[in-house]
Amino acid sequence: MGQLLAVVIDGLIYSSWLFIIAVGLTLIYGVMKILNIAHGSLYALGAFTSVTFTSAWFAHGYPVMGSYAMLALAAVVVGLVAGPLIERGLLRFLYGKDEVVLVLVTYALFLILEDLIKLVWGVDPLFVQGPKGETPYALLGNFEVGGLTYPVYNLLLIAVAIATAAILTWVLARTRSGKLLIAVIHDRETAAAMGIDVGRTYFVTFTLGAMLAAVGGALTAPTVSVVTGMGAEVIVIAFAVVVIGGLGSLPGAALGALIVGMVRAASIHYRPELELFAVYFVMAVVLIVRPKGLFSAAEVRKI
Amino acid sequence: MDTKSPLSLKLIPALLAAAALIMPAAGYAQNKPIRIGLVTFLSGPAAGPFGVPAKIAAEAIVESINAGKAPAPYATKGFGGTPIELAIIDEAGGATKQVAEFRNLVERQNVDFVIGYIGSGDCLAVAPVAEEMKKLTILFDCGTPRVFEENSYKYVFRTRSHATMDAVAGAMYLLDNKPGIKNYGGINQNYAWGQDSWADFTAVMSVLKPDATITTSQMPKFGAGQYGPEISALLQTKSDAIHSSLWGGDLEAFMLQSMPRNLFATNQLILVAGEPYLHRLPGNIPDGTIIGARGPNGAYAPKSALKDWLVQIYKQKAEIEPNYPAYSVAMAFLGLKAAYEKAKARSGDDTEQVIKALEYSTFDSPAGKVMMKLGKGHQAVTGTAYGATRTVNGQITLGNIKYYPIERVQPPDGVKSLDWIKDGMKPGKW
Repeated sequence: MGQLLAVVIDGLIYSSWLFIIAVGLTLIYGVMKILNIAHGSLYALGAFTSVTFTSAWFAHGYPVMGSYAMLALAAVVVGLVAGPLIERGLLRFLYGKDEVVLVLVTYALFLILEDLIKLVWGVDPLFVQGPKGETPYALLGNFEVGGLTYPVYNLLLIAVAIATAAILTWVLARTRSGKLLIAVIHDRETAAAMGIDVGRTYFVTFTLGAMLAAVGGALTAPTVSVVTGMGAEVIVIAFAVVVIGGLGSLPGAALGALIVGMVRAASIHYRPELELFAVYFVMAVVLIVRPKGLFSAAEVRKI
Repeated sequence: MDTKSPLSLKLIPALLAAAALIMPAAGYAQNKPIRIGLVTFLSGPAAGPFGVPAKIAAEAIVESINAGKAPAPYATKGFGGTPIELAIIDEAGGATKQVAEFRNLVERQNVDFVIGYIGSGDCLAVAPVAEEMKKLTILFDCGTPRVFEENSYKYVFRTRSHATMDAVAGAMYLLDNKPGIKNYGGINQNYAWGQDSWADFTAVMSVLKPDATITTSQMPKFGAGQYGPEISALLQTKSDAIHSSLWGGDLEAFMLQSMPRNLFATNQLILVAGEPYLHRLPGNIPDGTIIGARGPNGAYAPKSALKDWLVQIYKQKAEIEPNYPAYSVAMAFLGLKAAYEKAKARSGDDTEQVIKALEYSTFDSPAGKVMMKLGKGHQAVTGTAYGATRTVNGQITLGNIKYYPIERVQPPDGVKSLDWIKDGMKPGKW
């Protein structure tokens, strides 16, 4: 019983983390049909910028609790700077090109950004850590469930994941911009013919997606050592999550994250040697049954 | 170079003339420096803790040796009077890429020797290629015993001990300090190093403490980053000891995530490859953690003029103490220098002669005496040491250091590590 409870809690925490890093990827694909490999770099940029901002904060001797604000600020800044730069500076020249071309372009971008990160931050691993070794991860204290200690920070992860899902669902379903967005998703040309500013929609979507990647990086930074190459690690698992859920589907990303998180937690507790295998086995099974993922929308064939 | 620039065109004859004037002064027979290819991680997760310290140490050593400032018996300038220079290559990118890079080093960069490789996978892949290309190659840091236990090479050497002794001495140290442990668990990365390290450790434990049971073996993916469920699983097993060969960002992430969860309140933690991180982990490593340095390196190195020399030249460049990869690379350069000079004094400095001089040689290093006694004289052996952490004034120090002599931690020549362990680790003759 204790173990099952631990699986559920570990699974929930890990799923929340997965959802935060994957949701931007699926959003961008859903709207723009771009499988953004550079999502991993934006995640890493979020983490590295968090280190810079929090270090500056700590260096001024400001209260350590303010480091959370620095994490949030880092995510917003990365989203607002990198998102528009990439969309306006690069991607907008390539709309309408084959999806494969765009994957290659974002892959190239990923490689460039990885090197850029090395140039700016060097290759030494970095920490989000205060002068006395305080980390935002441990700062909020612990809670106990079934004899296991968890940092409260994990609840923050869950809360951010739920809030992100709720806000995105509300925007898509209830707001005017959301409805315009859905029109663009369904048919770009017709939407444009009806007077919807597709360019602007793409701009906003990509910036938002970039910001979500950076949020993932910023929230992860206090729990790891921030090191070059961290972006490559997440892109694979984030891709698995969105493929299971169906590329471009918001509920799909949530369900995909939940499945991967729970499967991983369960295998770690019951059969640790199967951990790596289990996640990709589930992905394979889902793809055999539903080749386009659990929540894939039926594609309209265009002549 | 911009060959279209008229200025540089004009400069070329001038430079050639200048060079012609200088060359005779440098001695006409040995005007060409000895070129050594150095392959080490400059990017990726292994760069910070291993690759870059090794590069810093290598550059410091080359400068110091060329200036003739190394202590005896290495006081000759360069290698036997000839200066040495480095061609540095990034080890990142995997074994296939490294094989291509190795060919590049030999064929385009025209290196005379290669010193390199931290990753065991890279060592296993490059060794046969070095053999095929007949290029004397010293593996300086990788640990897998398989290189010389499963093959024999003429052109490939390793000037540090292989990883078997990490597990053997680690288990001995654990049992010396906690003889009563009833069970233990492990968290290791799911690739060659993590798997081998855990397999060796459990094999040694089953010989030294047959009644201790294994609680769990966690094998997260390399670079996983998130260890929440693993930490929960380890917490639930309530093991007396936890073995880990995690390194780099993975180790740091694991420590950051497990310290707030009080994982080590009751568990004795053993970090087989923990030494390179100590200066980075104040506050994130419990006192009493057992730390391996892959040999008597770093804080475990006995006091000597060579150790002082390495510490001094390294600190001039990096401001911190050299860690074990820095010691490993020092062994490679000093072993090669000793062999080169012996060969030159005896009969000539061509590769064949250097190989003969290096085989079965014994040389001094900043970590004590190194003997090339395994793998037909191609694999080094040393004793090793383990210690435990203690935080003093916010800095992590290593105390309670215990040394383990060669015969207790190394299989004799011709015996495979795992067979030797399973056979009860009978001390060989050295």
